[in-house]
Amino acid sequence: MKTRNPLIRIFILVVAVWLIIFALVPNLFLLLISFFKPDGHAYVAVDFTLANYQRLLTPSFITIFTDSLRLALASTLICLLIGYPFAYILARAPLRIRPWLLLLIVIPFWTSSLIRTYALINILQNNGILSKLLELLHITSEPVSFMYSEFAVLAGLSYTMLPFMILPIYASVEKLDARLIDAANDLGAGNLRTFWHIILPLTAPGIMSGCILVFLPALTLFYVPDILGGGKGQLLGNYIQMQFTKPIPDWPLGAATSTILTLVLLLMVLGYKWTLKISSQRADFDAEDEEYAGASNIPLQPRGACGLGTRIVPRRRRVSGADAGGDE
Amino acid sequence: MESEYIIELKGISKYFGNTCALEKIDLSIRNGEFITLLGPSGCGKTTILRLISGFEQPSGGSVHIGGDVVNNVPPEKRHVNTVFQNYALFPHMNVFDNVAFGLKMQKVPKPEIREKVMQALAMVGLQDLAGRKPGELSGGQQQRVAIARAVVNNPLVLLLDEPFSALDFKLRKRMQLEIKHLQRKLGITFVFVTHDQEEALAMSDRVVVMNQGSIEQIGSPVEIYEEPANMFVAQFVGDINVLKGEILEVTPSDLPDSNHAYLARIEGQVFSVHSDRKFNTGDKVNILLRPEDLKVEEEHLEQAPFLAGEIIETVYKGATVDISIRLDTGLELTAAEFFNEDDEDIDYTPGERVAVTWINGWEVVLLDEDA
Repeated sequence: MKTRNPLIRIFILVVAVWLIIFALVPNLFLLLISFFKPDGHAYVAVDFTLANYQRLLTPSFITIFTDSLRLALASTLICLLIGYPFAYILARAPLRIRPWLLLLIVIPFWTSSLIRTYALINILQNNGILSKLLELLHITSEPVSFMYSEFAVLAGLSYTMLPFMILPIYASVEKLDARLIDAANDLGAGNLRTFWHIILPLTAPGIMSGCILVFLPALTLFYVPDILGGGKGQLLGNYIQMQFTKPIPDWPLGAATSTILTLVLLLMVLGYKWTLKISSQRADFDAEDEEYAGASNIPLQPRGACGLGTRIVPRRRRVSGADAGGDE
Repeated sequence: MESEYIIELKGISKYFGNTCALEKIDLSIRNGEFITLLGPSGCGKTTILRLISGFEQPSGGSVHIGGDVVNNVPPEKRHVNTVFQNYALFPHMNVFDNVAFGLKMQKVPKPEIREKVMQALAMVGLQDLAGRKPGELSGGQQQRVAIARAVVNNPLVLLLDEPFSALDFKLRKRMQLEIKHLQRKLGITFVFVTHDQEEALAMSDRVVVMNQGSIEQIGSPVEIYEEPANMFVAQFVGDINVLKGEILEVTPSDLPDSNHAYLARIEGQVFSVHSDRKFNTGDKVNILLRPEDLKVEEEHLEQAPFLAGEIIETVYKGATVDISIRLDTGLELTAAEFFNEDDEDIDYTPGERVAVTWINGWEVVLLDEDA
């Protein structure tokens, strides 16, 4: 976006410099270090090598990587399945109570998520709240523990990350014009097809940002598996942290792992751009897009039926501004 | 059973909570007609449209489309389509996909969809813009896409909900003409909702004037304008002068197209008035006269009866001149005359004495319900 306001340009410059110094440069350092050799207490030896990435190809690291990926994906999916209907109902709730419902979602943030994770132990442990509830409903006859299981970890991750899924989806559903749903019904689309063709594409950017906001932290949120999973398996987060803090540090290996995470992030940002295109209001959002280009290449069909129509409406080449009533 | 009516509303009531939006409405819409629901905002006209399209269910009574009761048929299963206020085009789809949407939902084969969509776009003159998205079109173009998207499905009835409210005056006039031509060409029944009485008169075969959840009058534009059924219709449709009167005597009618004639005292003068309605001696009545039906002349004593008054001001409007007159009784009237540069009579100055009369038989006489 071009702007002529000098004040705004200065602000943009400040933000850009800030981001370069505190985000871009450190990440570039990280990338650089990932290609150097580890050197015990001197941290790195300046000597180019691809060995760090090779060292990540061990079965133990791949297990960590796939475990983390699986947990993060599963908790993202759970958050999406719970969060989407949640956000949808929230965004369609009466305007009077909506701010209060939003407040209820934000309130847990006032407590440290570490403390909230400890609180989950009370629910999940042997003879805990969940166990008591199941006994009360006669689903189980004796106390059960859910602790130190993948279920506990997933529950913890999903609970912690759910608001990050709800809020962006809420924002995109709230923007959705309810009359579009009427229009789809009117044109013969039932609820399911209206959702698939209209609601889903128009809220896709919200879904994608929600997924990014949940997936990446879930990949590295090490204390939840530590506390609720009993530290049985290592995740990427602990693994990276360990490389930098263990008695004989291995910065290059940690840097290589981080770089791989950054690549995952970049892939997701590409996915986000794709959802923006789906919901885009401009046909020229992406010049390579074949579908739209194809539609404008449809051959004109001068048919008899068009006769009167074309007489009433002189066809105009001039596109924008041809009609004075333009309200873009 | 074949009926000449494509849509019938029988004894329809609609309540939102405790608020009554429609009260015992009966309305029959003929196949192929252009019917307009006209009324101020909140009169229930949009509710009628939403009952026909299926977005609302009646609290009482029944909705018939093509002879079948459709009270519980959802919108997506009704063979009616709507042109929404502000169009409600799908912003993420291009023009082609917007227009194709209804056909896709009906699982029409792809080649046929393409053919029908391009025909519909050609009909509204937008075939070159098939690849555009709605956000890249002007208001008038979006309007045409909305129309094409609805008519491409060949509905039994097309519903139009104040479709021109977002357009400027000139474009509005042009779209009115286009819609009217389109309706004649397609032969589809159009149900049009507007609060603009001029638009209603210009476009419709029949006009339904509504107020506060009830139908005040149904008739052709000429009937609505010339023979308003009550004071609401008279005052809502066009400008009108209301004079208070009292029936003095029932006299034999001397005009062929009026059933009854009366002598009435109007603003202190005795006039002969005509009406199809029956009044009794002593009835208080309103005499309604359109501005263009009034004759304004220089005051001569021999032309009695006339209403004497003086000019307040004249407003030049191009084709016509509006003349404001204050009668000696204090009542203010508006008269409209065609502007004619050569006519010296029309060159009034404020304060000038004038005599106001009208063509015998052009008055509308209604019982004064407030009296």
